[in-house]
Amino acid sequence: MSSATVEAPPKAPAPAPHRDRLEDAGRGGWFLRITIIVIVILWTIPTLGVLITSFRPEDAVNASGWWTALAHPFRATEWTLENYRIALGQGGFGNAFLNSLAVTIPSTVIPITIAAFAAYAFSWMEFRGRYVLFVIVVGLLVVPLQMALIPILRLYTQGATLFGREIFPDLSLQGTFLGIWLAHAGFGLPLAVYLLRNYIGSLPSSVIESAKIDGADHFTIFWRLVVPLSVPAIAAFAIFQFLWVWNDLLVAYVFLGGAGQNRVLTVALRELVGSRGENWHLLTSAAFISMALPLLVFFALQKYFVRGLTAGAVKG
Amino acid sequence: MSVTSEPSPAPPGVTGAPPSRGLSGVLVFLLRVSVAVAIPVATFSILLWTFNFLRDENANRFIVVGVAIAVGVGGVFALYWGMNRAVDLFPARVRESVRPYVFVGPCLVILAVYLVYPVINTLLTSFKDANSQGFVGLDNFKFVFTDPDMLKAIRNTAGWIILVPLFAVGIGLLYATLADRLRRGEAVAKSLIFLPLAISFAGASITWQLIYSYRPQGFGSNIGLLNGIMIGLGQEPVKWLELQPWNNLFLMVIMVWMQTGFAMVVLSAAIKAIPDEIIEAARIDGASEFQVFRRIMVPSILPTIVVVTTYMVINALKVFDIVFVQPASAETNGTSVIAERMIRWFFQLNHDGRAAAIAVVLFVAVIPVMAWNIRRFREEEMIR
Repeated sequence: MSSATVEAPPKAPAPAPHRDRLEDAGRGGWFLRITIIVIVILWTIPTLGVLITSFRPEDAVNASGWWTALAHPFRATEWTLENYRIALGQGGFGNAFLNSLAVTIPSTVIPITIAAFAAYAFSWMEFRGRYVLFVIVVGLLVVPLQMALIPILRLYTQGATLFGREIFPDLSLQGTFLGIWLAHAGFGLPLAVYLLRNYIGSLPSSVIESAKIDGADHFTIFWRLVVPLSVPAIAAFAIFQFLWVWNDLLVAYVFLGGAGQNRVLTVALRELVGSRGENWHLLTSAAFISMALPLLVFFALQKYFVRGLTAGAVKG
Repeated sequence: MSVTSEPSPAPPGVTGAPPSRGLSGVLVFLLRVSVAVAIPVATFSILLWTFNFLRDENANRFIVVGVAIAVGVGGVFALYWGMNRAVDLFPARVRESVRPYVFVGPCLVILAVYLVYPVINTLLTSFKDANSQGFVGLDNFKFVFTDPDMLKAIRNTAGWIILVPLFAVGIGLLYATLADRLRRGEAVAKSLIFLPLAISFAGASITWQLIYSYRPQGFGSNIGLLNGIMIGLGQEPVKWLELQPWNNLFLMVIMVWMQTGFAMVVLSAAIKAIPDEIIEAARIDGASEFQVFRRIMVPSILPTIVVVTTYMVINALKVFDIVFVQPASAETNGTSVIAERMIRWFFQLNHDGRAAAIAVVLFVAVIPVMAWNIRRFREEEMIR
């Protein structure tokens, strides 16, 4: 078994000369490099524009395109930190950042835990209705989030009654962290279950069976065997859910409100958009402040990601 | 924190009723149901009690946030651990038939409250009038399939669900395959493509305004990149986002730009899980790199490709904010999509019934995708 770390040695011996062009590409040829460079440039240009704009003075932003700044990269008047100072100085960004953490971390862990248990049960446990239940869970992928917001908001603020009987109590979850965690968990679960079941279900049954023969119960198999083997899928979903929740504006705005103690970063950003209109020099710098943590998490998790994916460990 | 739902320590019952047919079967079933429902509810109540602390307006923000994270993360683990311990105290014969419901129970409860209940609510509303009071029969659905803006939206959405997954997954797969072979810089190369996914939607719309921006003469210089290029080429600047029907494509580009990174990361994880031996064996047998890609890699990661594609299709079907936040209205630009119509009718034109009917149409549109998934699930079961 070879490792699949970034520094992994080439997978095959040096190529024999005079094969077709694609094969050369496979060993680091020009086709490979050019394709990657072209895609990277196309994908980076929009972000680069925002980054450069965020460091340009307001007058310059409105007078000329951001790429003109590249013509004079060392002219001091072309660059400024003022945008960041104003964006940070708007106040509330410190609390908003902490609130974003308090919302995002549990909103990532809760659906993953719940989905992993469910995915394990759907894959490796026998029970009546598991096929139908799984289809229903995946079917819920199609429920547009926007459609669920209003009924849930009503649940939070007044509970639910059916034929005059209370079937869901009024828990006043409106404006609480728990309310938004559970909402994010609900919206994230169908995808989490779907992705994790696809992955956990494709683990070799021999591994599970032999653990059973060795006397391990389901909880042990799940916790000691399936979860470690599923790290790639879990990490992929964790990164995704983290970013989704961190960048979410709609759910946070509806359930936590625009002005309260628990206001998150995106809501604070939106307020900046509202009060500062079309001022791109501020919007671009504020956008980059909100991007800092997601990027950090991605870079941090990516190593874990790659290391966990050593070839063959899963497919035996 | 402790989970009090755990029964007091007692030796596992030896005299438990065997899960036979008849009365005892019903009892076992009731037991299962009550366990699957009661324990999560009990734990939930305990967590809720803890939360009163978090409502304290005057508490130090760092402490509140720290407690919130600890409780949120620890609580969900405590829930499952406690439930599993509780099941261990059951009679041996019942135990293993209860346990699966403990594993899926919380998932089902949350989904029932947060997705199933709202869906039923919406289905009922789709047959009601603007204020969701009186029933109006099929009027709302008649509207959905006759209104010209709706028909346009349906056509546009068809374009979104075909083109966005095609390009996002296609480019993602190509890129994941190529980046996997880089000797150096794989992490950097992948991060750069993934980067757009880290941008919030507000950020992305700001970002692409800088690309598509158009200012008519006398309203400042054109600072959009595309029009900068047009001027550089000696052409007139173009109002990109009003150029029907191409403006639809320009909006799709934004979604492809944001989603390709997701496809790439997930596919890359799958590619790395392919045993090296298989690929090396094929190479030694003289397979070209293209053959390795087509005959070994693609079949090996097909389940993942299906997962990602399905997800993209559903995401594209639900696309809303990219269209919604454009400065000019979607009607005049001809860029309406189904989900955007739904929000417009609910929040701005205030017709609950029509909005709900559009939502119901969204469901129906997704049935083919679902059927495909179900078939795949069956096939996988048969292989095992």
